[in-house]
Amino acid sequence: MLDPRTARPFPIVAAEAVRDTQMRGNVRHATEVIQNKRARVVAERGDWQALREAGKRLREHAIRNMDAYLLEFERNCTRAGGTVHWARDAAEAQAIVVKLASEAVGASAGTPTAGRPAPGEVIKIKSMTTEEIHLNGALEAAGIRPYETDLAELIIQLGQDQPSHIVVPALHKNRQQIREIFRREMQLPELGETPQELAEAARQFLREKFLRVETAISGANFLIAETGGVCVVESEGNGRMCLTLPKTLITIAGIDKVVARFRDLEVLVQTLPRSATGERMNPYNSIWTGVRPGDGPQNFHVVLLDNGRTDVLADEPARQTLHCIRCGACQNACPVYRETGGHAYGSVYAGPIGAILTPQLLGMQHAQSLPYASSLCGACYEVCPVKINIPEVLIHLRSRVVKEQAASISGRLHPEALAMRAAASVFRSERRFRAAQRAGRMAMKTMARDDGAGQPWIRSLPGYLGGWTSVRDLKAMPKQTFREWWEQRPHRTADGQDRNKPGVPDHPTGTTKQPPASVESA
Amino acid sequence: MPRHALRLGGILQVALFITCYNDTLFPECGKSVVRVLERLGHTVEFPAGQTCCGQMHANTGYRDEALPLVARFVEQFAHAEAVVIPSSSCVTTIREQYPSMATELEERGGHAGLSRAVHDLLPRVFEFSEFLTKRLGLADVGAYYPHRVTYHASCHGLRALGLGDGPVDLLRAVGGIELVTLPNVERCCGFGGTFAVKNAAVSGAMLAEKVRDVQNTGAEICCACDNSCLMHIGGALHRQSTGIRTVHLAEILAAEEGDPV
Repeated sequence: MLDPRTARPFPIVAAEAVRDTQMRGNVRHATEVIQNKRARVVAERGDWQALREAGKRLREHAIRNMDAYLLEFERNCTRAGGTVHWARDAAEAQAIVVKLASEAVGASAGTPTAGRPAPGEVIKIKSMTTEEIHLNGALEAAGIRPYETDLAELIIQLGQDQPSHIVVPALHKNRQQIREIFRREMQLPELGETPQELAEAARQFLREKFLRVETAISGANFLIAETGGVCVVESEGNGRMCLTLPKTLITIAGIDKVVARFRDLEVLVQTLPRSATGERMNPYNSIWTGVRPGDGPQNFHVVLLDNGRTDVLADEPARQTLHCIRCGACQNACPVYRETGGHAYGSVYAGPIGAILTPQLLGMQHAQSLPYASSLCGACYEVCPVKINIPEVLIHLRSRVVKEQAASISGRLHPEALAMRAAASVFRSERRFRAAQRAGRMAMKTMARDDGAGQPWIRSLPGYLGGWTSVRDLKAMPKQTFREWWEQRPHRTADGQDRNKPGVPDHPTGTTKQPPASVESA
Repeated sequence: MPRHALRLGGILQVALFITCYNDTLFPECGKSVVRVLERLGHTVEFPAGQTCCGQMHANTGYRDEALPLVARFVEQFAHAEAVVIPSSSCVTTIREQYPSMATELEERGGHAGLSRAVHDLLPRVFEFSEFLTKRLGLADVGAYYPHRVTYHASCHGLRALGLGDGPVDLLRAVGGIELVTLPNVERCCGFGGTFAVKNAAVSGAMLAEKVRDVQNTGAEICCACDNSCLMHIGGALHRQSTGIRTVHLAEILAAEEGDPV
C-alpha cells in the first residue's frame, strides 16, 4: 500500500526503481507518448499562455476564498437534493463513505432488482482522493467489494498493484503485463495483447457490474460553488455509466476541488484534457447537480475532505499547491519521475506535484525526502496549466524540513547540517573563503591521480560525497584560483592594449578592491 | 577602439561575479569572461570581497544560512554599472530568490533599505551570454574555435532565465566552429546541486541519458553556460573515457585565431 507514513525514503526506493529496466522502459515510453500528444494540442492554441494565466487566477481566487465557496457549494448542492458531508481526515471520510455505502447496499439487497440483488458491492470511478484515503481497504473491511471501472484502475486492482500516476495509474505496465493480469484474473487464457482485445476483455468484465451494482463511488474534478454541481471528465465512458445507472452515488472530493462559477470551466475543461491526455476535449464531460426525480441516482452524497488541505492553505508560500487540477502533466515532464516511475514517491501523488503535496498533507514529519526528489529543473512549472511554481514550493518545503530537523539535537548534528553551516561560515568571510580554497586544493591533491593525459582527476570521494564519484570523476582543483590569477595579472590600461591575455602574471595590483570592513562578519 | 565597443551603451564598467565554484574549480572560465569583455572594449573589475551567491544553501533548505550572502552580494555589487555572472543557476537564485530574502532580512532588522537595493540592482545583473546578446546586442564577438561542438542548455538558462537562442546565436557566429544540435536539449542532465549526492542513483540515471545524447552528436566538445552541469556531465564523460571534453561557453567565445588548439 502506498502510505507515505510508512514509506521508505525516496532515495532508497528510487535507487531500486532505476534498476527495474522493464518499468523504466514502460514509463519512458508512456510519458513520451503523452508529452508529444500534449505538445501538439497545446501548440494549436495561440492563447495557451493566456489560458494558463486565466486558470491560475481563477484557481487562486477559488482557493483564497475557499471557505465561502465551500459553503455556497453546500447550500446549492443541498437545495438541488444532494447531501453534503464534511470529513476532517481520512478516517472520518472512510467512516462516512462506509456507512453510506453500507446503507445503500443494504437497501438494494432488500429490494431485488432484475431478480439479482447484489449485496456488498459498489462500482467506482477512478478517484485519486479515494486512493489517498485508502477507501477500498476500508470498504473491504466492512464487507463491501469495490469494483474499479476505469481501465487503468481495473488493471491496478486486479494486479494487486498500486497507482503510479494520477491520470494514467497503470502507466508503469506494458501491454504484455496487462494481458497476463487479465488472463489470470478474468480466466481468459486465450486473450491476445492488442489494445482492442484488452479493452474488449475489460468491457465484458465490467458491463455486467454496471448493470448489476446499484451503488457508485466517484471522485470529482470540480465542485462548482455557484450551482452546487459536480464535474467529472473522463475518456472511457465508465464514469458516465457509474454516474447514471446506480441508485446511489457517493462522491468524495478534496475541498481544494472547488471553483467559484460555472463559467470557470470554460478555461479548465480546455487546459485539463490538453495537459492530461493530449486530447482537445475529454470524450465524456459529466456535470450533475443534486438529484433529478426519475433520472439517474436518486440518493446523492458529497463527502468534502480536508485531510491536511487547510494546513496547506495556511502556509502562504506553499498555498499554490492547492491550485492543482490533477492533470499529471508535471509527472510526464519530470526527468526524475521518468527514471523512477511513481511508486518511489511512496504516495498516490507521485512526481513533482506529489513531492510538494504529500509532505504537506501529512504535516512534514513524514515524507521529508520528497521535497529533495527534484533537480529543480523547472520542466513541471513550464507545463503546469495553472502555473504552479513547483520549484519555488519545493525550495520552501526544503527550508521547512531543515527547520524541523534543527529542532532536534540529532538533526543539528547531522553531517549535512554541519557541513552546510560550516560552508555558510566560510562564505561569510573572504579570508575564510580563501583559506578554504587553499585547504580544498591540498585535500584534492592527495586524492587525485594523473589520468594518463597529464590531468589530475579524483575517482573516489569519501562519505557523503561518495555519491558523486559513483558514476563520475571529479577534476582536481587547479593550481590557481580565479582570484589568485586576477590579483597577479597586469593592471588594465585605458587603451586596452594587449594586457588582457589570460594567464600572464604581472605585478599584483589590478583593479581589485579591498572588501569593506563590514563584510567580514562572523 | 575594438569593433563592438560602442554598439550599445558605449564602454561599460563591468563587475564580474565569478561565483564560488568557478573561482575555485574553473578559473579558466573567469579568465575567458575577462578576455571577451575586454576584447569588446569594456573594463572589468573584480570586487574582492565576493564569495558565493547562496544558491547551494537556499536551494537545499538552509535559507537562514543563505541570507547573509544576499547582503554581502549587494554590498559588493550595488555600485556596478553591470554585473556579469558566468552561471545561469546563480543568476536565477539572485533574480528569483533575492527579493524575498532581502525582505526577510530587512524585517529581521539591521538591513534597512536592502530590498530597495536588490530591486535597483537586479536589472543590472546578467548571465554572461545574456549580457552579450541582450545587453550589448551582439552575436559575433570575434571568436575562432575550430572544433565540433554541441551546446547543453542548462535548465536554469533555458527555463528560468529564458536565454532562448542567445547562446546558440553566439556559437554560430564563432569562426571555424562546427555546431551540432544536442537531442533532447530541454531535458535536465540530473545535476541539480545537492540532488547529485542526495539522490545519486537517480542523478546517475539522468546523467546516463544525457551522456548518450552527447555521444550521439559526435561532438568533441560539450559546452554550456553552467560549469555545474558541465562538471557533472564532464565527470561522466571522463569516467567513461569518451574523449569528449566539456568547456564553458566563455572559453569558446574567448578563443581567437592563432590560439593553441
